[in-house]
Amino acid sequence: MLEVKDLRVSVEDKEILKGLNLTINPGEVHAIMGPNGAGKSTLSAVIAGRDGYEVTSGSITFEGEDLLEMDIEERARAGLLLGFQYPVEIPGVKNVYLLKAALNAKREHLGLPELEAPEFMKLVREKLQFMKMDSSFLHRSVNEGFSGGEKKRNEILQMLILEPKLALLDEIDSGLDIDALKIVSEGVNSLRDAGRSIVMVTHYQRLLDYIVPDHIHVLSDGKIIKSGDKSLAFELEKRGYDWVIEEAAQ
Amino acid sequence: MSLAEFTDQWLSAIAPQISEGSGWLTDLRQGAVEQFATLGLPHARLENWKYTDVKALAKRQFSLPNGQADAVTLIKESSLGLDGIRLVFVDGIFSEQASTLNSLPQGVQVLPLAKNANAAKPLLGQVAAANFSGFTALNLAGWQDGVLIDLAANARLEQPVYLQFVATEQENPVLVQPRILIKAGTYAEATVVEHYAGADDAASLTNAVTEVELADGANITHYKLQQESSKQYHIASMHVQQQRDSRFTSHNVCLGGKLARQDIQVELNGEGAEVNLNGLYLGNARQHLDNHTLVNHNAPHTNSHEDYKGILNDRSRGVFNGRAVVHKNAQKIEAHQSNANLLLSDKAEIDTKPELEIYADDVKCSHGSTTGQLDENALFALRSRGLGEEMARGLLTLAFANEVIDRIEIPAVHDRIEDAVAGRLPEKFNLKGLV
Ligand SMILES: Nc1ncnc2c1ncn2[C@@H]1O[C@H](COP(=O)(O)OP(=O)(O)OP(=O)(O)O)[C@@H](O)[C@H]1O
Ligand SMILES: [Mg+2]
Repeated sequence: MLEVKDLRVSVEDKEILKGLNLTINPGEVHAIMGPNGAGKSTLSAVIAGRDGYEVTSGSITFEGEDLLEMDIEERARAGLLLGFQYPVEIPGVKNVYLLKAALNAKREHLGLPELEAPEFMKLVREKLQFMKMDSSFLHRSVNEGFSGGEKKRNEILQMLILEPKLALLDEIDSGLDIDALKIVSEGVNSLRDAGRSIVMVTHYQRLLDYIVPDHIHVLSDGKIIKSGDKSLAFELEKRGYDWVIEEAAQ
Repeated sequence: MSLAEFTDQWLSAIAPQISEGSGWLTDLRQGAVEQFATLGLPHARLENWKYTDVKALAKRQFSLPNGQADAVTLIKESSLGLDGIRLVFVDGIFSEQASTLNSLPQGVQVLPLAKNANAAKPLLGQVAAANFSGFTALNLAGWQDGVLIDLAANARLEQPVYLQFVATEQENPVLVQPRILIKAGTYAEATVVEHYAGADDAASLTNAVTEVELADGANITHYKLQQESSKQYHIASMHVQQQRDSRFTSHNVCLGGKLARQDIQVELNGEGAEVNLNGLYLGNARQHLDNHTLVNHNAPHTNSHEDYKGILNDRSRGVFNGRAVVHKNAQKIEAHQSNANLLLSDKAEIDTKPELEIYADDVKCSHGSTTGQLDENALFALRSRGLGEEMARGLLTLAFANEVIDRIEIPAVHDRIEDAVAGRLPEKFNLKGLV
């Protein structure tokens, strides 16, 4: 599904990712953990196609296609979705416009006709209910004035409607209370299937109790320095990152 | 053509109106004729008309409208759907047939002006000085019809008064001069919607004047939606006088016209008076859209808030001048102004100038103008959900307009304006069917 090879990325001439390798197969759930400033969000941003990142070497392929050659929207239409660490507030753009435009863009890409208004609303209402969000959210501006938890739920709502092949969720658990964490996790888990992959960036083992990953990676100073199964998360929670970093240095 | 010839021509065009009517009105008109003869049309040497050239008007022959054109379809299609209290004007002339004036509450009078001129005597020309500009003088001299909205003390109008002006296509362009008079007694409340629309090939000159008088505690909301044809000239000025604790809110949306000029002048004469001025202008092709506002803080404890936004595409040109003057001894004032613009093409242009003149010391004021770029983060967020770049830009451009539109409190008007704005944004944004 996703293959990142020896990726080196600089921002304003400062190297942030320093030869990163990562392979995600269909159906897998991965978690990426690591200290602040390690480059986790940078990796997500480069995969999603944000401007301002210079890829100095390496490659990223998505279902065999060169992702770095694709525009931001082409990546999304091809089935990639980035759940933002800090969802952007877009005053004046109603949630419902965004959802409709996004779904139409994806359907057009798949050669499907636009959904008729009633069908679309039915789908949206169903997903809203699943996320325990009030339908008034539809007519509010995207994320504007949303609480931290509401913003994260809104990211998952978009994911439920767009059904991406690969979801990259950057700290989807930060700022969530325990109930919201459950709702968000249920949202993510409802999409788990053999054809879909999920990558979560997180600082907390707590999330991984709800969304159990197949693989865990430690990203430090621009590289993946250790990978393991879910037991690694417990160890990291107990012992921090220093021992992994030291181990990697040897 | 010399100015003298030109003045003669215009005066002969309005002569029939001047000779009409009873003594006081003829005198008033005659006085205004003299003012116009002195002032003539505004010219570029006047600071307030530096960027807006109306010379082209001088080359045109205008005749007077008769209000007889068949406008049934136009009236229907342009209607905002506010049917409760609705006065329709065809080329500036009141059409009784197309209007509805049901059930006015006690203390409220809504009168077509031509037939009720005498009732307007105490107000006509009292708020709008005849010499405000040549156009104001011309309107006072030759206004044809309009409305008088008179609210007694404590009168409350729940439904908006909808004034629908439609311009038809005429063989010779006509000069349409509406006069709108609003008088709100103490604690009276009303909403007035002034709407101008034109047939595709209408080429008239609209020269409208609105006078608003608010007594203590009165609350008036005024909407102006200008959707005239791309061949029309639209000149309008609104003059507002506010007494103690009154509140006036203006929503001014300017979409149409080949050349449009709107002046708004507000006099805050009583303590506690507050005015809010919201504006949106959207220019395409070679449209020229000019908004000039002036707020005089003549009394202490008065507030003004102004937010105007402009979107300019193609070779259109916008002009914004917002002036707030805080007079001596008018302490404890708040005056805030902002004007933001989006230029969608390299050839579009904006001349913007917020101005504050402060002669008192205890005041809270801010002003600023920006010519903006769309938010790159928001653009990325939208594209990351699969929206094409143009559509993402379109939605953000509409969002920019929505900051003004969303203050519109009548849902039907809000939606109509949002649609109209979306419909006038560049085709490439591909917003049709989405909003
Ligand atoms: N636009 C930018 N300009 C300059 N430096 C940047 C920029 N974006 C990221 N960086 C730097 O790159 C490094 C990695 O940042 P990144 O946001 O990827 O870290 P992270 O692993 O997601 O951290 P956190 O756990 O705190 O979210 C940091 O040192 C950060 O300051
Ligand atoms: Mg991060």
